[in-house]
Amino acid sequence: MSITVKDVQHVAKLARLQLSPEEEAVFTEQMNAILQYAEKLNELDTDHVKPTTHVLHVSNVMREDIVKESVTQEAALLNAPEDEEGQFKVPAVLE
Amino acid sequence: MLSLFQYRLPEVHKLLQNKELSVSELTGEAFKNIAALDGRVHAFLTLNEEEAKLTARTLDDKLASGAARGLLFGLPAGIKDNISTKGLRTTCASQFLDNFQPIYDATVMTKLRQADAVTIGKLNMDEFAMGGSNENSSYGPVRNPWDLERVPGGSSGGSAAAVASGEVFFALGSDTGGSIRQPASYCGVVGLKPTYGLVSRFGLVAFASSLDQIGPLTRNVEDSAYVLQAIAGYDPQDSTSAKLAIPDYLGALTGDIQGLRIAVPKEYIGEGVDPAVRESVLAALKVLEGLGAVWEEVSLPHTEYAVAAYYLLASSEASSNLARFDGVRYGVRVDEGGGLLDLYHNSRSRGFGPEVKRRIMLGTYALSSGYYDAYYLKAQKVRTLIKQDFDDVFKNYDVVIGPTAPTTAFKLGSQTEDPLTMYLNDILTIPVSLAGIPAVSVPCGFAEGMPVGLQIIGKEFDETTLLRVAHAYEQHTEHHKARPQL
Repeated sequence: MSITVKDVQHVAKLARLQLSPEEEAVFTEQMNAILQYAEKLNELDTDHVKPTTHVLHVSNVMREDIVKESVTQEAALLNAPEDEEGQFKVPAVLE
Repeated sequence: MLSLFQYRLPEVHKLLQNKELSVSELTGEAFKNIAALDGRVHAFLTLNEEEAKLTARTLDDKLASGAARGLLFGLPAGIKDNISTKGLRTTCASQFLDNFQPIYDATVMTKLRQADAVTIGKLNMDEFAMGGSNENSSYGPVRNPWDLERVPGGSSGGSAAAVASGEVFFALGSDTGGSIRQPASYCGVVGLKPTYGLVSRFGLVAFASSLDQIGPLTRNVEDSAYVLQAIAGYDPQDSTSAKLAIPDYLGALTGDIQGLRIAVPKEYIGEGVDPAVRESVLAALKVLEGLGAVWEEVSLPHTEYAVAAYYLLASSEASSNLARFDGVRYGVRVDEGGGLLDLYHNSRSRGFGPEVKRRIMLGTYALSSGYYDAYYLKAQKVRTLIKQDFDDVFKNYDVVIGPTAPTTAFKLGSQTEDPLTMYLNDILTIPVSLAGIPAVSVPCGFAEGMPVGLQIIGKEFDETTLLRVAHAYEQHTEHHKARPQL
């Protein structure tokens, strides 16, 4: 299974990355090499193996529903590249 | 350079106690050393000089008043730049976060403050902790204090180099696939990756959430135990934090390893491992034998699959975690008038370096429709097999020992063209990360003038045995006392 420049362009779109033609060419080559290496995993029969998503033996970590202090509006906006009237500013979403 | 930082932690505390040294002098020493050395080493990205000196004065007052002192009282600390420090620039060595000022402290920072440590500054790293050489920093690479033409390892290269060169007393790093242990090995310092869940990840900028773990880099094992004691513990702010009583790590350093059972995986000392590295490890095993331990060769048969599984899993988690860098709430914003989607595309493309983009791409691909089962799920299943390898061995042995890395530090620029070769440097640290168990790298000799690291791997949450073995070894060798000539 090998991937093409077209695949790379599609994945870049999903990942919200704008790649230059040079980057597309390099990534196509490098991702193919890495994915070809990953084919190695198919040497192993894992039909009856359970996946490990997490090593810890915990699940459904809950806490009491208590109202606590949270981040202030001022602090939340401290690093915002653009803000207006206490809100993050973004370009128009609707035409 | 003769430095106050050649002393062990209890020695420094004795000097402070006897009023032969003040915290202000100790802090001044850090900044003096940084001024003298960091032009060459390039371990620091941001200095915290004003605040550090203020903290030092407060601690000196505390010392004079006779009030109770924290476990890390007065010690100058360097912090990897992916750990949030309130009000102190935190970049993850990425252009994307060039001006980022965290609005809260990571839990480890709160704990360091409670332990009376002094934060000296933020340390260079591979961008978003992705890399094993520090060449992926947006601010230029850290250099290895033992040979400035060589890499310090990564991604916690700044942390390892700052400790090795004596710029700070200790440092915090983070380890996802070897990012504490491998640079510790390359720079000749002690680097500990705790069991997943032992140290809170709250405030650590996430790379691969199921693998990331914060840990100390120090010049000796005893100091490592002190720092671990200060930062370990349950944190309600981290849902993957383990709820358990923290043992007395310092009390574990008894020097007694009589009857200890050591497993040495044949995969860790076989093909691909530099013969000089292998020799250092075998010599270390002899030392441990002399102390009453026994070792036997075992097999961790899935070792060769670990790197492939890791890069699929870590990249997948990274592609999801790094989706938050969108140019809206913080960091780089490139708005060329093309609307919101263009803003995302342009901000991320401008802000991220090549390795970060490569991993986001790989992870997005592995998680995308049609490939999820073949790559991501398959890798998770292989992760189970790798964990079982360790479980099986630990039924009969107390620790697993091998090299930390197959080679010593390589030359800058020698592997940048080939990501796959670079990834394979982590082949001996990655299985441990996938299994979530603890491991420490301790200096065990030199090969052609460059430090070699011995990796001691333990059962989950058995840091006490890990530290006891590392400490016993260190007591009977001199490797950790060697210092680079800068």
